[in-house]
Amino acid sequence: MFDRRDLLKGAGLAAITAALNSSKALALDTVTLPFANGDRPLVKYPQKRPMIGLTARPPQLETPFAVFNDGPITPNNAFFVRYHLSDLPYNLDPDKFTLEIKGKVDKPLKLSLKDIKKMKASEIVAVNQCSGNSRGLVEPRVAGGQLANGAMGNARWRGVPLKAVLEMAGVQAGAKQVVFGGLDGPVSDKTPDFAKALDLDHATDGEVMLAYGMNGEDLPFLNGFPLRLIVPGYYGTYWVKHLNEITVIDNVYDGFWMKSAYRIPDTPNNAIEPGTAPKATIPINRFTLRSFITSVSDGAKLKAGGTTLRGIAFDGGKGIKEVAVSTDGGKTWTSARLGKDIGKYSFREWKLPVKLAAGSHELKVRATGNGGETQPDTPRWNPAGYLRNVVETVRVTVA
Amino acid sequence: MQRTVFPAITLALAAVVGSAIAAPVNYKTPDEVAAFKPGPNLEVVQGNCTACHSSDYINTQPPMKDKKGFWQAEVTKMIKVYGAPIDDADVGKIVDYLAATY
Repeated sequence: MFDRRDLLKGAGLAAITAALNSSKALALDTVTLPFANGDRPLVKYPQKRPMIGLTARPPQLETPFAVFNDGPITPNNAFFVRYHLSDLPYNLDPDKFTLEIKGKVDKPLKLSLKDIKKMKASEIVAVNQCSGNSRGLVEPRVAGGQLANGAMGNARWRGVPLKAVLEMAGVQAGAKQVVFGGLDGPVSDKTPDFAKALDLDHATDGEVMLAYGMNGEDLPFLNGFPLRLIVPGYYGTYWVKHLNEITVIDNVYDGFWMKSAYRIPDTPNNAIEPGTAPKATIPINRFTLRSFITSVSDGAKLKAGGTTLRGIAFDGGKGIKEVAVSTDGGKTWTSARLGKDIGKYSFREWKLPVKLAAGSHELKVRATGNGGETQPDTPRWNPAGYLRNVVETVRVTVA
Repeated sequence: MQRTVFPAITLALAAVVGSAIAAPVNYKTPDEVAAFKPGPNLEVVQGNCTACHSSDYINTQPPMKDKKGFWQAEVTKMIKVYGAPIDDADVGKIVDYLAATY
């Protein structure tokens, strides 16, 4: 229910009480995210350690950022949660769960969880990041879930390639896209049910996965138990939870969640002039390149002398080539040492020993991807607050 | 009656230690504690908005310069996009409450 780490992180007795009375309303404490109207309760949900509560119904939980300094894998009990619609399958029975594969296939299938677990398993380490991660930091501010940088996480996913399941069903000639639906749905039948689509060649690339395992355990309920879609390098909106319906179609899916929501400007860097509206849009797709300092938080007071800065970097799947760090506000940069490469879709750890003299310092971190792209010095802007990947700055005082 | 006690305890223990014994999930979220701030037409807002989502959806939105325009757009989105069955007569009241209170 909770582990020693929770206790060490200072939740202490409150966490114990929370874990034992998990159906009670619980605000353990509050945190203030670094933007206007950023006060949030720390809340305790079953299978989760204290998390930053964004909304209660449907549940949306952000990972406290300090977790990302503990290692490249985000623990299941700290992994962020994002739902759109309030009718969750709270009483689903894994023994009765079936995944249906239908549409333009030769042999429609209904697979139980046991059927899926009998197939040859594969694993991939991949970051899942909410499209709205960091939206609260966007200026000018935009409507939507107001998150800091904690709506992301990295896990080892275990399951079966979607390709294998589609081959079993036999995709018919003329098929164009594959549509994914989950057991969670709207309260009102007038609200569009959540569904996402991938092009057939993407769906059958061998990497897109139906996952039942996460870091060696079953998926936590709020992360899509018992089965979810894994779309490495793509924003979390495609990672459909409680996945129970796969439909092969011979056209381009035009449901609300593809056609109207989760769109980005169709411009070279997917950005537009702040406060304006885009002329044309496309569906959100791959992650932008990002990097973070995790060992020091903004506003920290450090002792003068030597310290080792640590952090993470990731991108949409090319992998990280270099991470550079500046301790003088971006005037000079030094390459950090990269940690072990555990996959091109994973967080990549980095560290760099630095010497800090007394005074104020702006620490900056900037990654370069294997494709040669790097992070911008000024933030891009779009009306939904997606794709943030500006070079991050942490201000510290050294004495 | 007594006979049912032992299996019930066994199942409860199994659930606690995360055993592989399959059973419906029965996941329980904490009680909802967020509430709307007091303001004009509060009952209209409670009656219309909380059917689909908790009040923290509103409470966590950023402070905007054009509050009325921002909230008008949000209420319109709820009606046109998400199919919220809000009476025409209530739309203005809800927008006024949101603009005055958040």
